[in-house]
Amino acid sequence: MKQSFDVLMVGVGGQGIILASNIVGEACLAEGRSVKGAETHGMAQRGGSVEGHIRIDGKYGPLIPPGSARLIIAFDMLEALRYAHFLAPDGTIVSNCHFLVPPAVFMQGGAVPDRADIQKRLEAWSLCLVDADSLASEAGSPLSQNVVMLGAASWFMPLRSESLLGAIERLVPQKTVEINRVAFDLGRKAGSSCREGKGKA
Amino acid sequence: MKTQYLLGNEAIAHGCLEAPVDFVTGYPGTPSSEVIDILRALPDRDFYIEWSVNEKVALENALGAAWCGLRALCTMKHVGLNVAADPLMTSAYTGVTGGLVVMSADDPFAHSSQNEQDSRCYAHFARVPCLDPSSIQEAHDMVRDAFALSEEFSLPVIFRPTTRICHSKGDTVTGTPVPSTRKGHFVKDPRQYVVVPAHTRVLHRKLNEKQLAIGKALVEKGYNSATVRGPVAVIASGIAATYVQEVLPPSVSFIKIGAYPIDEEWLEKLVSRHEKVLVIEELFPVVEEAVRQVAGCVPVSGKKDGTVPTEGELSTAAVSRIMESFGIAPTQSFPAVQPVADLPPRAPVLCAGCMHRPVFYAMRRVFRDGIYPSDIGCYTLGLQLGAVDTTICMGAAVTVASGISHSGEERDIVATIGDSTFLHSGITGLLNAVYNGARMVLIILDNRITAMTGHQPNPGSGVTASGLASPPVSLEAICRACGVSWVETVDPYDLVSLTATLKAAKDLPGVKVVIARQPCVIMARRAGLRRGTYTVDPEACTGCGVCIGFGCPAIEKSDEKALITDLCSGCGVCAQICPAGAIRRGGKK
Repeated sequence: MKQSFDVLMVGVGGQGIILASNIVGEACLAEGRSVKGAETHGMAQRGGSVEGHIRIDGKYGPLIPPGSARLIIAFDMLEALRYAHFLAPDGTIVSNCHFLVPPAVFMQGGAVPDRADIQKRLEAWSLCLVDADSLASEAGSPLSQNVVMLGAASWFMPLRSESLLGAIERLVPQKTVEINRVAFDLGRKAGSSCREGKGKA
Repeated sequence: MKTQYLLGNEAIAHGCLEAPVDFVTGYPGTPSSEVIDILRALPDRDFYIEWSVNEKVALENALGAAWCGLRALCTMKHVGLNVAADPLMTSAYTGVTGGLVVMSADDPFAHSSQNEQDSRCYAHFARVPCLDPSSIQEAHDMVRDAFALSEEFSLPVIFRPTTRICHSKGDTVTGTPVPSTRKGHFVKDPRQYVVVPAHTRVLHRKLNEKQLAIGKALVEKGYNSATVRGPVAVIASGIAATYVQEVLPPSVSFIKIGAYPIDEEWLEKLVSRHEKVLVIEELFPVVEEAVRQVAGCVPVSGKKDGTVPTEGELSTAAVSRIMESFGIAPTQSFPAVQPVADLPPRAPVLCAGCMHRPVFYAMRRVFRDGIYPSDIGCYTLGLQLGAVDTTICMGAAVTVASGISHSGEERDIVATIGDSTFLHSGITGLLNAVYNGARMVLIILDNRITAMTGHQPNPGSGVTASGLASPPVSLEAICRACGVSWVETVDPYDLVSLTATLKAAKDLPGVKVVIARQPCVIMARRAGLRRGTYTVDPEACTGCGVCIGFGCPAIEKSDEKALITDLCSGCGVCAQICPAGAIRRGGKK
């Protein structure tokens, strides 16, 4: 039996995980593949930690068993670390190189997480860091970060980039299609250097 | 027929269109809300749809329509069925003419709920059929066919998807929506619809007489099915059945339960062909109890012997481990892995500019020693701000407050409740509190919308589910009509007047109501409202931390000074609390 290729998307509520997971789902359908997914809805999204499970070629349940995701796409670097235990030993983490400090840190006077420290801990896994914030701005809208990340991660998914682009064109608001197309390309370029083993993009 | 990547609730909505449904009611509740939100957004809708004021109201409306021969759907979350339990129990006696489907979405692990109750128990209690989908495709197909099943047995049908059905996605084959053309017609039949004792005794007997046939029909229709393959069997229901199928070895028998009541004769025969059985299901051991009743000397494992956990939700990984502990080798095993330790938690928080935050801030300052009963909504997040002492169920802020006030407790009691929750079931509690002479301040957090579940309109919003204008109800008039003589309305962004109003309320006897009114900040933004944002003058900031303690996610600390990020929505409350006057208007628009 063909195993599913499990992709976990993580981030902070409001970063566009639901749209990104819909894009991957649509791309699967375009390739005639089965797909299952699950995501955080409702109040948990209000600035909370959110996760989207997508099982490409999935035929059964929507939840990825911890330790078996082939790919983690993290829209926030701290969240990448929070969910890193979902990764399979041969999996890859494609992460934004920025993170939001959880508001509770300031409220409770805890230590603000250190960027270099998070990166060092993430490097225990196969890691591809992408400056999604800058690339999204370059594409024309900070809101296109999710599509930048999909572009970067597209190297590591068993889906054709045309399928992903087609899904993007169908799913994003009509007036933002061009921005998102650029965002995907910029992300894809950034991701290619990781794939070539040059480390950080 | 086409294949789409659908959210479970989208697939359910589509199944209803294929039935077709003629009449839809419900009250929002995670994870059920999207079904009505999707149906009400359809451009060419030919069926009736409403967001009702609460679940009891919703079910009674749907029942009325079903008595007129329409196919009616009533949606709610599992705890909503508690509110609707009164009509549910007796609607099983009266039965229905048109199909009535009650969707009660269960929430294993209580992702967004106050408990982990099981709607299947209600179906058993009321003696009505219950459909329990194991996948999105099955949810779509089951709800599509549930109306006809309801009509076949003249009984309401409970449809109980769980969170991992409603809020998961999958490739789903859908059919063609059918136009709704039925027109309601009520045929008088007092022996059916008037449950005086002489009638109800007869109706009760008829209800009981239907049960055997229902169980048999659910096997014939394929909802309950079995593949016998060896001496050991796994019996599973709902999404747990899907988790089991992912890892079940081919030598083990599989009995899948998708509907209730379970035909006992069928089940007994199947179980007796095995040496031992394992029952895997989420929430209450409904299937397991049925299996144990018929198992005779066949050993049964499940929740009752500790093989399956009695709380929380299952998953493929959890089911694989359960099988291993029972002595079945799953096709895949998943070694336990630990998350990285010592990361700061990222819990959901009230939005930047949320109107609830200044109310909690002022409330805690004016009533330092107060007791704060609260309720169910976004504002339950006030827990993090020390502003929520109790939450139990919809409307209970008011009634728990009056109970505490009559208990002899002498401290100030300040209850908070949202507009939608107040209209859902707070009004009767307020009426009771005034009538019986309770002592409390009730703050109605009126953001004009049912925000937490996805911004559904309510009678205060000025619009119905179908987008028609309706006169916004006056909360002030309702409170006065309940007998409250002191009702004040304030703008929560105006901290001076909010604080003064709360102080005035503190010194008065009896029940006082403060209505704090500002539109939900998300809705305001969607409506195009832009306020000038705020910024911290680093020269003036003393780093005292007062604004940080306010808990707004737009305020961070950088180099021992406060910093306002671009999350700022311009409510301006932080500028009012800054003791150094260092926060000023003039950030980016």
